[in-house]
Amino acid sequence: MAKLKYSKDGRLLFTKEMKKEYTILLPMMLPIHFKLLQNVFEHYGYSTVLLDSNAPEIAQEGLKYVHNDTCYPAILVIGQFIHALKSGKYDLNKTALMITQTGGGCRASNYIHLLRKALKKAGFSNIPVVSLNLSGLERNSGFRLTISMLRRMLCAVAYGDLLMSLNNQVSPYEAKLDNCKFLTEKWIRNLKNQMNTENGINFKQLAKNMNAISDDFAKIETRHIDKIKVGIVGEIYVKYSSLSNNQLEEFLALQGCEVCVPGLLGFLFFKIDNRLEDIKLYGGSQLKASLLKTFIKYLEKFENIMLNAIKRNLKFKVPATYQHTKALADGVIGYGNKMGEGWLLTAEMLELAEAGYENIICTQPFGCLPNHICGKGMIRKIKEINPIANIVTIDYDPGASKVNQENRIKLMLAIAKESLLKRDKQNLKNTNKPKTRTNKNNYVQLKTEELPENLVAIKT
Amino acid sequence: MKIGLDVGSTTVKCVVVDENNSIVYKNYERHYSQIKQQIIKILKFVKDNIIHNLPVKIAISGSAGIGIADSCKIPFVQEVYATKIASNIFSPGTDVIIELGGEDAKILFLSDQLEVRMNGSCAGGTGAFIDQMATLLNVSVNKINDLAKSYKKIYNIASRCGVFAKSDIQPLLNQGANRADIAASIFVAVVNQTIAGLAQGREIKGNILYLGGPLTFLSELRKYFDKTLKTQGICPENSLYYVALGAAICADRIINLDEIINEVETCKTTNNFAHNKPLFENLDEYKEFKKRHNKNKVKTGKIKNYKGKIYIGLDIGSTTAKAAVIGENCELLHSVYMPNKGEPVNIVKEFLEELYIEYPNLEVASSAVTGYGEDLIKSAFSIDFGIVETVAHLTAAQNFMPDVEFIIDIGGQDIKCFKVRSGVIDNIFLNEACSSGCGSFLQTFANALGYSIEEFSRLGLFAKAPVDLGSRCTVFMNSSVKQAQKDGATIEDISAGLSISVVKNALYKVIRAFSPKELGENIVVQGGTFLNDAVLRAFELEVGAEVVRSDIAGLMGAYGSALYAKRHENGKSSIINLNGLKNFSHEVKYANCGGCGNNCKLTVNKFNGQRRCISGNKCEKPITGKSADDSLNMYAYKLSLLHQYKNFISEKRATIGLPFGLNMYEMLPFWYVFFSSLGFGITTSPASNREIYLSGQHTVPSDTVCYPAKLMHGHIEALLNSGVKYIFYPCMSYNFDEKLGDNHYNCPVVAYYPEVIAANVKQLDNVTFINDYIGIHRPKDFSKKMHEILCKYFDGISFKEVKKAAKEAYKEYQLHINRIKAAGEKIIETAQAQNREIIVLAGRPYHVDPEVNHSIDKIIAGLGVAVVSEDVISGKVEKFSTDVLNQWTYHSRLYSAAKYISDKKNMNLVQLVSFGCGVDAITTDEVRNILEKSGKIYTQIKIDEITNPGAVKIRLRSLLAAIHNN
Repeated sequence: MAKLKYSKDGRLLFTKEMKKEYTILLPMMLPIHFKLLQNVFEHYGYSTVLLDSNAPEIAQEGLKYVHNDTCYPAILVIGQFIHALKSGKYDLNKTALMITQTGGGCRASNYIHLLRKALKKAGFSNIPVVSLNLSGLERNSGFRLTISMLRRMLCAVAYGDLLMSLNNQVSPYEAKLDNCKFLTEKWIRNLKNQMNTENGINFKQLAKNMNAISDDFAKIETRHIDKIKVGIVGEIYVKYSSLSNNQLEEFLALQGCEVCVPGLLGFLFFKIDNRLEDIKLYGGSQLKASLLKTFIKYLEKFENIMLNAIKRNLKFKVPATYQHTKALADGVIGYGNKMGEGWLLTAEMLELAEAGYENIICTQPFGCLPNHICGKGMIRKIKEINPIANIVTIDYDPGASKVNQENRIKLMLAIAKESLLKRDKQNLKNTNKPKTRTNKNNYVQLKTEELPENLVAIKT
Repeated sequence: MKIGLDVGSTTVKCVVVDENNSIVYKNYERHYSQIKQQIIKILKFVKDNIIHNLPVKIAISGSAGIGIADSCKIPFVQEVYATKIASNIFSPGTDVIIELGGEDAKILFLSDQLEVRMNGSCAGGTGAFIDQMATLLNVSVNKINDLAKSYKKIYNIASRCGVFAKSDIQPLLNQGANRADIAASIFVAVVNQTIAGLAQGREIKGNILYLGGPLTFLSELRKYFDKTLKTQGICPENSLYYVALGAAICADRIINLDEIINEVETCKTTNNFAHNKPLFENLDEYKEFKKRHNKNKVKTGKIKNYKGKIYIGLDIGSTTAKAAVIGENCELLHSVYMPNKGEPVNIVKEFLEELYIEYPNLEVASSAVTGYGEDLIKSAFSIDFGIVETVAHLTAAQNFMPDVEFIIDIGGQDIKCFKVRSGVIDNIFLNEACSSGCGSFLQTFANALGYSIEEFSRLGLFAKAPVDLGSRCTVFMNSSVKQAQKDGATIEDISAGLSISVVKNALYKVIRAFSPKELGENIVVQGGTFLNDAVLRAFELEVGAEVVRSDIAGLMGAYGSALYAKRHENGKSSIINLNGLKNFSHEVKYANCGGCGNNCKLTVNKFNGQRRCISGNKCEKPITGKSADDSLNMYAYKLSLLHQYKNFISEKRATIGLPFGLNMYEMLPFWYVFFSSLGFGITTSPASNREIYLSGQHTVPSDTVCYPAKLMHGHIEALLNSGVKYIFYPCMSYNFDEKLGDNHYNCPVVAYYPEVIAANVKQLDNVTFINDYIGIHRPKDFSKKMHEILCKYFDGISFKEVKKAAKEAYKEYQLHINRIKAAGEKIIETAQAQNREIIVLAGRPYHVDPEVNHSIDKIIAGLGVAVVSEDVISGKVEKFSTDVLNQWTYHSRLYSAAKYISDKKNMNLVQLVSFGCGVDAITTDEVRNILEKSGKIYTQIKIDEITNPGAVKIRLRSLLAAIHNN
């Protein structure tokens, strides 16, 4: 059995022996992306388990071992780990945990430390924690982020963003239930296989795969129905993880909405770009600046290939580039605002409103400090710029009730429906031709005037 | 016919309208959380008496209606939207609607751009809040309205949530403040909360409509809205039914009412809610439990047969008053436990009268009083001793278990826990204003569900699946309970769940414990709440240990006081005698102190003789007549340093306005010298006060941000009113690197609040607001970058000038820091020479603001203790490794200060924490950790918009008592 080794400052290390014997537990955030990322770890010889449990006890475990005023993501992620360790499913002498560490002035940089504190309290101080970061923090002999591994991880993120975007665009309209779901799963399997055999990684293969994915989604049979288009932004974990946002995307789907969630690549751009902005604002090494610029260019290649793949099928809405999104925030909020999701959050709201997803849910953990500024603090200004923006902010917290949250979202949706009807009426006047739609797929199609105020489409 | 149902948090409203939208039937009823039953009852009635067999349409609205609508497939209309629809038809031409409901507050702006706002999940100020306040005042809600008509003055009451407000009102009651004034203040608080929380910068004007229960029933509340908004709103006919009407209007499908009723009757709940193990598996277990606890009985005696000296102990708590009379062998002879009804003086008077008259031959040898009402009662009745609660409780607990290691007391409003080592208090945990979960919390719930507290908790004993409600504040808990009910939890499950949540709250939020071992082996539980078997059982299950509860658990404070009185008896008691009681007079007067800028609102209780009790004061001046002695108060010194940077006008250049809040409390010397060196004039906004806050509150976009940040809005208003053309308030991700931690960030709020100001204060369009990102952490680049920034706004500033100004600014900053360190050093030396205790009042630079710290520094100084700030000593330790990422400059100082005092004999640390400070969720645990490692007591004081000086005093006195005993 691997020996427990500690660093000079007393941190339990993840050693080479552990790499061979241990299973690493990974927290879940974005199902598509994380399945592909997990595959990358597996490929490099790490045995991993992706924790997708969402038992109600998770939050309770978290509350027990983490200061209750800490942000909700910390409570959940740590609660999920401890819940798993207590479940008896894992050999406690051969289990490690992995958590990301972003750095930056927000509380989130402290998650790994809070996790270690919690482990100690819960009697799991022999469980090593591996930090996943790009800053060279906390080295472990048993875990190294190599360039080639990083490259695969970027591929996983890009594939994930593409699949997520297309799935979100098509599934609300699919004629046959779960077509999109099956296609997404098929592609996840396919991509895993390819990447394990050194395929699907270089730009050429990336483009080929992405084009094929796009074409596959384009082939799915859809039908035309008016849906409310809703964008979701917010603190990264609460925005993406269904465990934390009470299955927000599912709820919106049931309410007859098409959902758009900006991808993960943008966040990576943002994190790299911040360092460049720091140098611009406060001075610093020009060498570092040019390295950062090169890295951004490199990321742009991934973005470019992905956007081109979406573009080739005209029926899809093409997400904005990072640079375009960034430009939207110019003059609204400073690029120096980098803690948490910083100016990117504001920019994403502007971008969504511009792209037709003007109904926006801004999610954050209760008491999230950065979102006081770049979320709640900016809504007034966003509405000044784009008056059609219909934004609701929702706080997530272990004690917040789903009913309360859903009631506020429903209010936002009621306003959205009204504007949708108004716009339809406007269109009607303009064209002066009553639109009649065919009645198929179990949906009663009503003339716009007959559309009930509170329901867009009624399933018979 | 169309039926509209509005299922709110406390009531069900139903209307039936005909095709012309005329109301045929309307009904308004409380549902006591029996939502399903209530709906069925109403629908059946409507069916039989109104609809008969006519075609009918139906829609449901309201926060508690979502669940039913979903599971029974009845169309749902969001309630705010429904209001809008109804007002279009019934009140056309309305510009703004203000609607207060049971738990929601809403504002709808209808004219121009449609905007609708609902309160967030942490905002009270609603019907439930007013209900809670009525319970507290022990009057009906309508009586509050009547009382408010004859008010004389308004107190500041927080209405963020009931818990906060309670901690403001309780001391007022205990001090004998006029109820009319309190009633009016409650309404003003609701108005402020609604406007501050919901208007968010948009002006409320034009035709205003008042809707919802509170605004319909409470004329005075409407008046305060009118007064504040400087307008006259209308409360229309059917103001209670707008939501139901809107739902009815939206109803569009012909349905079969019988089917709907049937759906509701048979609709299955998911029965899928998180739950805990039952408290008791069976009756035998409960009997066993009862038997075990019945052993812990206090020694008693019969007062009728008793002859000799007696000792009186009084515990005047927040909601109850308790009295114990003991004899020479510590036997309990007589005791009373009564609600204090907000009139503690009368209650104690009655108690004493009865005692003296019934048992005229007993001689009172000594007496002591503890609790919130300590000062008032002590002076009213010349009680011998006033003691701090912790001491009273320890004394009582030791009587039952001499080697007690941990005491936990859950009362009506407070949770007090202390660790005991070698017979003295070693560590103290008290609940914060926001972690309620005490006795009154259970009581409120029981009443809301239509039960007495005794009945309600008994229901929980044998619940099959106690709901897991976590540990949260009352506001959150309300909605969690409703959710659980929707999911099929029974009243029994909820009762047990609430008892468990009280325990979890105490363990995980207040004590921050994670294993019973931490509490020690010998645990005594007390306080009225533990008389509740469900709570006691939940506690034992949660800590996994058997604990001791005496049969007088609710009386321990009074019993402890009596024991204390006996122990410290010195001949004859000074307590008022029967004769004195006969001539007893009590007069309450209100005054503004005027002794200093604080302008404390004083409540002066005068009793016959020369006795009086002054409260509401933040320092000792109104009592002793002398100014507070600030010679050993670092906070006062720091404030005076900053006040030396006076406003001036320059002929050379324009005047720069600097808002005096947040990090400007440390950066003022820097920017002052920087701009004056460049030839600018300077205007800083005045020192913070309540008026400044109120003047800016309408532009605060996030109501959960910390108070120091909210104050910034007022400071900006003040600068705008001063006529300056330029306001300088830079964004700063980074602070100076003091080499104490791993990084040197500002917290996100300090770093970026200028962005919030820029985006939300519209009048800034009339001035130049400079809020660029500036890096003071890189002095070399600073001049260059700053020059570029200044050139954007001003002509003719040369790089050379900026360089010179920067040099002077950095120098001034250093001098300022040195002045602080030197003065602090001197205070420490003096205190040590005089053998005085020193308290490091550790916070952030802006905690020096008296409006932020509520003069806590003066309270400490008033206790004869020297006060220094964290930055005085933080530089005295080498960088060391912490268990958390040490990355914020201000917070690194906290860790270093804690580390520094760990081996200093007469130094202790009290941490100031602003409510809503997310960073402090991390720092408080770490600071505590550092202190406890070296055996020091950790004390935390949470401050917000309003703070309760009484609670702060208890905390500090307990700390000092513990230090002295050690």
